Amino acid sequence: MIKAVPKPLEEVLGLVKDFNKVLIAGCDGCVTVCEAGGLKEAKVLASALRLYFTQAGRQAQVDETSVTRQCEKEYLAQLSENMDTYDAVVSLACGVGVQYLAEVYNNKIVYPGVDTCFMGVNEERGVYSERCQACGRCILAETGGVCPIARCSKRMLNGPCGGSDKGKCEISKDVPCGWELIYERLKTLGQLDRFEKPVDPKDWTTSRDGGPRKIVREDLRI
Amino acid sequence: MSAQTPSKLQKIIASGAFAVTSEVGPPRSADGAVIEHKGNLIKDYVDAINVTDNQTSVCRVCSLACCIRLKLMGLEPVLQMVTRDRNRIALQSDILGAASFGINNMLCLTGDHQHFGDHATAANVFDLDSIQLIQTVKMMRDEGRLLGGFEFEVRPQMFIGAAANPFAGPNVAMRASRLAKKVAAGVQFVQTQCIYNMDTFKEFMKIIVDRGLHEKVAVLAGITPMKNVGMAKYMQKRVPGIDVPDDIVRRIGGVPKEKQAEEGLNLAVEQIQELKEVPGVRGFHIMAIEWEEKVPGIVERAGLYPRPQAA
Amino acid sequence: MRLQYPPNVRIIEVPCTGKVDVMHLLMAFEYGADGVIVVGCMEGDCHYSVGNLYAKKRVNRVKEILDKVGIGGDRVAMYNLSSGMGGRFAEIVKEITNKVLELGPSPIKGAAGQATRPIAEATT
Repeated sequence: MIKAVPKPLEEVLGLVKDFNKVLIAGCDGCVTVCEAGGLKEAKVLASALRLYFTQAGRQAQVDETSVTRQCEKEYLAQLSENMDTYDAVVSLACGVGVQYLAEVYNNKIVYPGVDTCFMGVNEERGVYSERCQACGRCILAETGGVCPIARCSKRMLNGPCGGSDKGKCEISKDVPCGWELIYERLKTLGQLDRFEKPVDPKDWTTSRDGGPRKIVREDLRI
Repeated sequence: MSAQTPSKLQKIIASGAFAVTSEVGPPRSADGAVIEHKGNLIKDYVDAINVTDNQTSVCRVCSLACCIRLKLMGLEPVLQMVTRDRNRIALQSDILGAASFGINNMLCLTGDHQHFGDHATAANVFDLDSIQLIQTVKMMRDEGRLLGGFEFEVRPQMFIGAAANPFAGPNVAMRASRLAKKVAAGVQFVQTQCIYNMDTFKEFMKIIVDRGLHEKVAVLAGITPMKNVGMAKYMQKRVPGIDVPDDIVRRIGGVPKEKQAEEGLNLAVEQIQELKEVPGVRGFHIMAIEWEEKVPGIVERAGLYPRPQAA
Repeated sequence: MRLQYPPNVRIIEVPCTGKVDVMHLLMAFEYGADGVIVVGCMEGDCHYSVGNLYAKKRVNRVKEILDKVGIGGDRVAMYNLSSGMGGRFAEIVKEITNKVLELGPSPIKGAAGQATRPIAEATT
């Protein structure tokens, strides 16, 4: 899923301190799973903002809510009833949701309340790591189910580099060498022969480099 | 080592003599005199001079500019090129640029991550990796074609090199396998990471020779003289991919401070003598970082002076 | 034990401090509490295993928030004791009372401003 972390509280305070009616909009999707922007986090942020405004001598209103997900206009529509009341909205959704909310309520000031980080896994509660870079052309079949684009710091397709050190990436002992992982997996699967054939340069047009992407599934549309 | 190029380095290797290369590091300002000075220091003691390419991700004068300068001085440069900072368009463009000045040697590298350098917040490129860069320059040289398909007349005559690191992960057999992959991609010579662990290196070379790879690629053994015990410890603990055995650290640290540099140089010369006997070793790449003035001494003491003249 | 301790403390009993949520603590301050303490079992002795460890994390989070919004993190604290330590409990209450007296009343009480919303239900 998409993993995010809450923005530092002082950053959010800086964004909304001059407003009087603020809505904190959480999302029940990915940001709930990584405990960054769900209803629970929205309540905490709203409470913190109320304490701030009160001690600063301000008459303010801070409400919190959450929708099923903010990447769907149908759910964002649920916010329309009271939207006029607010001067500003802090969306705790991932970058996708913040933008969509801002698009639907395009005359409202909408600020992000989390930093969206990557697509990854839950290793355990509170520990998340990256797995996919959305390159648009999945090569996991060739690399034993470990992605070199996401897990090699240099996104090499013919790794490992000379900095691979005892299973760790040269940039940090906390980062496993992606290509060592691929090597171990291919060894387990009996596919080490894949290693000796050079892999050609990647076509990056399906990734970010090709420009903002769009999918149109004609088979799903009428 | 199929394709013949005008490279002097290739000719010397082909003659059967041990080749000697070294490297010079460009300055961090627009000072053209530094490379000229370093080139002159070592020119009679080496067959070719590598110029590093923003090594350890520290921004320096670009390798291409320095190689052109060396070429115009009548010397034989090796253009080191990393894929960290340039996409395939820029890489091919720089290869054409180097070739337009008659530069005939290049070293294809992926490059250290920018985390290590003075611009850690930069985006990186890594459009290609080192093996894909080898494939690319081979295609430009042998087919007169760019990656995008464009065909052209005046081809770069590059003697293609790369790095080899017997000491990195996952294990020696896989590092040899990776060299085999580079050979399959078209590499003709490799310069290894600096060697301190002789056993591991010999194990690596044995695999190379057993597989017959030594006939397809010339292995130039990497030698870096230790300046002092601090350098030995630093390289042992803090540089990924370098293996410094404890007895080397003990040897350098075992002599008084003012004698450590001399001991480091002694060790380098001994290493060369020992490596001359290892089958498959076709020469030496002496990396005396910011200590280029010691290269002539090492080459002389190792019995590698004077350098043969290329036919 | 019939020990004396300051009368200005309101005790809320929970089966385990692990049940105390960040929102409970923040709401107490929203409603004008001058100080809040969370008193849990000794670390390692939690009947529910790690409830008091979660409580500690949550108290630290609230401290941080209170510092950043101008209320002051010193007004909230976590303490650990066993149910037999009556004397220590009295000590703790005296400690926090003195601290709060030192800090003065919460800036929320009598503040010129008021940030409102309908009263929230307590979260789990």
